Amino acid sequence: MAWFRREDASLPSGEQASRVPEGLWIKCGACKEILYRKEVIQNLSVCSKCGFHFRISARERLAMLFDGDWEEFDESLVSADPLRFRDTKAYAARLKDGKAKTQSYDALVSAIGAMEGQRLVIAAMEYGFIGGSMGVVVGEKVTRAIERALAESLPIVVVSCSGGARMMEGTLSLMQMAKISAALARLDDARLPFISLMTDPTTGGVTASYAMLGDLNVAEPGALIGFAGPRVIEQTIRQKLPEGFQRSEFLLEHGMVDIVVDRRELKKTLARSLRLLRA
Amino acid sequence: MAEGDFEAPLLTLQKRLDEARAFPGDPAKEKEAAKLADELLKAQREIYGKLTPWQKTLVARNGNRPYTLDYVNALFTEWTEIHGDRRFGDDPALVCGFALYKERPIAVIGHQKGRDTKQKIYRNFGMPKPEGYRKAMRVMELAAKFRRPILTFIDTPGAYPGLDAEERGQAEAIAWNLREMARLQVPVIVLVTGEGGSGGALAIAVGDRVNMLEHSVYSVISPEGCASILWRDAGRASEAAAAMKITAVDLKGMGLIDDVIPEPPGGAHSDHELLFKNVDAVLDRQLEELLAQDAATLPATRYDKFRQMGRLGREFLEAPATV
Ligand SMILES: [Zn+2]
Repeated sequence: MAWFRREDASLPSGEQASRVPEGLWIKCGACKEILYRKEVIQNLSVCSKCGFHFRISARERLAMLFDGDWEEFDESLVSADPLRFRDTKAYAARLKDGKAKTQSYDALVSAIGAMEGQRLVIAAMEYGFIGGSMGVVVGEKVTRAIERALAESLPIVVVSCSGGARMMEGTLSLMQMAKISAALARLDDARLPFISLMTDPTTGGVTASYAMLGDLNVAEPGALIGFAGPRVIEQTIRQKLPEGFQRSEFLLEHGMVDIVVDRRELKKTLARSLRLLRA
Repeated sequence: MAEGDFEAPLLTLQKRLDEARAFPGDPAKEKEAAKLADELLKAQREIYGKLTPWQKTLVARNGNRPYTLDYVNALFTEWTEIHGDRRFGDDPALVCGFALYKERPIAVIGHQKGRDTKQKIYRNFGMPKPEGYRKAMRVMELAAKFRRPILTFIDTPGAYPGLDAEERGQAEAIAWNLREMARLQVPVIVLVTGEGGSGGALAIAVGDRVNMLEHSVYSVISPEGCASILWRDAGRASEAAAAMKITAVDLKGMGLIDDVIPEPPGGAHSDHELLFKNVDAVLDRQLEELLAQDAATLPATRYDKFRQMGRLGREFLEAPATV
């Protein structure tokens, strides 16, 4: 019997190294240290040896940020496959798989609750659902979350974890960028705080819309954050990218991110920031 | 015939027509020319009337299609180009300026491609960097300050995916424009003339009216990019183009654009003058409509316009309680 095993082989490539693997003992993908899984989970899915941040689900994120219970809303919105899209597999089947895997109908969970006693809206992206891609449902849910913050005069935190816009909904996906950004203009006019939290990965149309529009742009350490993916850039410039390119620390250095914060300090930092902006 | 070769019969006819026209005054040649012109028109209507989405993508990329500065020359007077973002530099892939459109002062923003190799490189193939988007925003803010309506011309493969563009915040530059365009208190009219390449197109395309030329395309990713991700084979771009529904008629059907502007029978590149006439008719009408609206109410109607995208119809059903 193996003491630890590789993560579920059905997960899309790229995800394997990033989530906390199953098994009693696990191996950190970054430092190769063998860790006791329960301890890693208790440590908010951060490697206690090297500080590597494992990817977590949207609901794990909500549990970590809210004080206690939270109320999810718009959870029943579902894509009806507007283009009847099919690649190697029907999009409708991918939606079903995503639901089975994440217990969500799409790649975002919207919720309302309290963080260190301050009421707020948090919308967290779910990478396990088709790579956290943004289609009509994600666009609509983020927009409604912003509109709810406006209606109730609350701050909002959006946690990004996404490969970008969802190809299977075509130009409808692209337009969600404009729709959400327009809602953020209203939030801005209303002087309600918006914190964008970028986690690994935040790329494409998500970065080029709401993720970069925070009053504060906050990132977890080592997260891939960019517009174009590293492979596309390498093909364009025909050379290897430097180490650390498009990582959180790189964006901090280049003035695109306000704070890079360890997950174990995250809730404290976000709550303090909101108090400083608002109270 | 391969899907990409649809222009070949037209080029042959055009060549024969040009030859026949080389003998003015020769009645036999003139008769032949008239016959060939008829044939050409018929063939153009036949071929361009049933282009596939991938063929439209190729037409949208045709190097003889009018580019932004061609529209400027044809439709506007007193063109005055404005350069630079006042932060880093200028970006020749995106041109901005002020001009008169039938005596009305306007601002013009558009992607610019080059025709020869040197110009193509100078214009970076119409792929802007952050300074291009920031220049565009600066000029749009100037336009708002001086109450000049904004006309934008969209034709880009996408925002430049390069190292320097990433370093200077390509994503932030695009995002900023999306948010700020939403609340501009001047009319914004958008025309997709060729390739509407994803976020790099949208960053200057949040308008009160969004139009597309008949054979232009507007998509979330290029057909080649989509095919190489979904099938790991860029050669299946034609399938991807069809699956993503990127043509003007498709997008009009989904409520994402307002007007589809007809192109000449052989496409925009075959007859610039006729195309400009068609474009002029729509832009002139829409500008009058928007100038009649109280400018302070434009952000609200623009909000509603984008707010409903992807919201209506069967693509937006509530899920049954148990699935
Ligand atoms: Zn480690």
